[in-house]
Amino acid sequence: MPDLISQWLNQNDIFTVMTLLEYWNGLVTTVHLVFLSLLIGLVIALPLAILRTVRNPFVSGPIWVFTYLFRGTPLLIQLYIIYYGIAQIPGIQETFWWLIFREPFYPALLAFTLNTAAYTTEIIRGAIIATPVGEIEAAKAYGMSWMLRMRRIILPNAARRAVQAYSNEVIFMLHASAIASVVTMVDLTGAARNIYARTYAPFDAFIFVALIYLMLTFILVFVFRKLENHLLRHQRPVNS
Amino acid sequence: MLDLKGYGPELLAGAMVTMELAFLSLAVSLILGLVGASAKLSDNRPLRAIATTYTTCIRGVPDIVMMMLFYYGGQLAVNSLSDVLWEAYEIDFFFQFDPFISGVVTIGLIFGAYMTETFRGAFLAVDTGQIEAARAYGFSRWHTFRRIIFPQMLRHALPGIGNNWQVLLKTTALVSIIGLTDMVRVAEEAAKAERMPFHFFIPVAFVYLSLTAVSELFIKWLDIRANVGVVQRS
Repeated sequence: MPDLISQWLNQNDIFTVMTLLEYWNGLVTTVHLVFLSLLIGLVIALPLAILRTVRNPFVSGPIWVFTYLFRGTPLLIQLYIIYYGIAQIPGIQETFWWLIFREPFYPALLAFTLNTAAYTTEIIRGAIIATPVGEIEAAKAYGMSWMLRMRRIILPNAARRAVQAYSNEVIFMLHASAIASVVTMVDLTGAARNIYARTYAPFDAFIFVALIYLMLTFILVFVFRKLENHLLRHQRPVNS
Repeated sequence: MLDLKGYGPELLAGAMVTMELAFLSLAVSLILGLVGASAKLSDNRPLRAIATTYTTCIRGVPDIVMMMLFYYGGQLAVNSLSDVLWEAYEIDFFFQFDPFISGVVTIGLIFGAYMTETFRGAFLAVDTGQIEAARAYGFSRWHTFRRIIFPQMLRHALPGIGNNWQVLLKTTALVSIIGLTDMVRVAEEAAKAERMPFHFFIPVAFVYLSLTAVSELFIKWLDIRANVGVVQRS
């Protein structure tokens, strides 16, 4: 097998060890960026979703505005506003924040995190408000406090209802992360663009990267299917 | 007040390009969706396999990668095709694969895959008794489709089409990356030249926001109309 690979590498001048390494670094950047933004986005979205279900409009209103703005505009615009906008904040170039936000990674991370937080908030909220009234009444009848009800009854069941929609959001985020390359980040798409710019072989450069994305998507689909099976195992027919 | 530093007319023209792109892509994706759903539901095994491969591959690859593939690769393909045609038949064939065409082709292809799933579900939601009854009345296959299946399917497909349209509208922003002068591109150039990113991107964001808001209302209205004949139990 290694012989075959080295033979194949010797025979073509596009997929050399150097370009494969470039793709690999792009893959690491993409996974890093997507994983971090999903993780932070989920952590932000959970309390926001709970607060969004609160009856008081002064609490749920601002969260609605946040999700509406971020879901109603293209992610590319959000990325541009954050990437170009941060540099324009008066005085930022003298503070230590500039060292962080000068790199494209952190503006991209911020944009992706806020975007996925907005979508995830709505997904979790939908799952929370779909809780059957009987479950809440039963929990109240047992004398559970609001906190305990949330923790033991509402959130675990909401997680089961949300996992399907959330898996779509994760895949959407993986695909959306490809636009990080427009703010000079060298993620998977960025690597493909660089390789295309050197070789002028669009089919090789982009189809290869498309296959990598396809593989990542399949892995995610597989993992989420396993997770769904695990979460919904009490609903499985007896003989299976 | 809003002062666009003289970029106003250009931004407006860009907004029109965005709308044109969105509507043309929607038309392409609706046609592809109908074809794809028919293929997926047909008895022909190779046809089903092609449709499944199409939807799986499209939904697994980022839109911007597809767009670059079509934009950079499309011209190459056209060039070699015109070479072949000239050498073999002396036919002078050439056309420029511009960002607009690549945008329509890619967005149409991508959302065609999503529409395929939407239409497939909607076709399956039509009561088989309806189809059997139509056949029993001697309706031809085409007639059954046009008079019975299609109108009833549309009611089920509408929410899905609405969602896809909202996502499609936002996807059009990506075509600015491969160089189409839509409103995002104009705003980006203006923002760089004037060093005022908020000044130009926030109005553009609000144009998108109002487009999605108006679409939402329109889809709600269509939905009410499509469900006129259905008794709502509440």
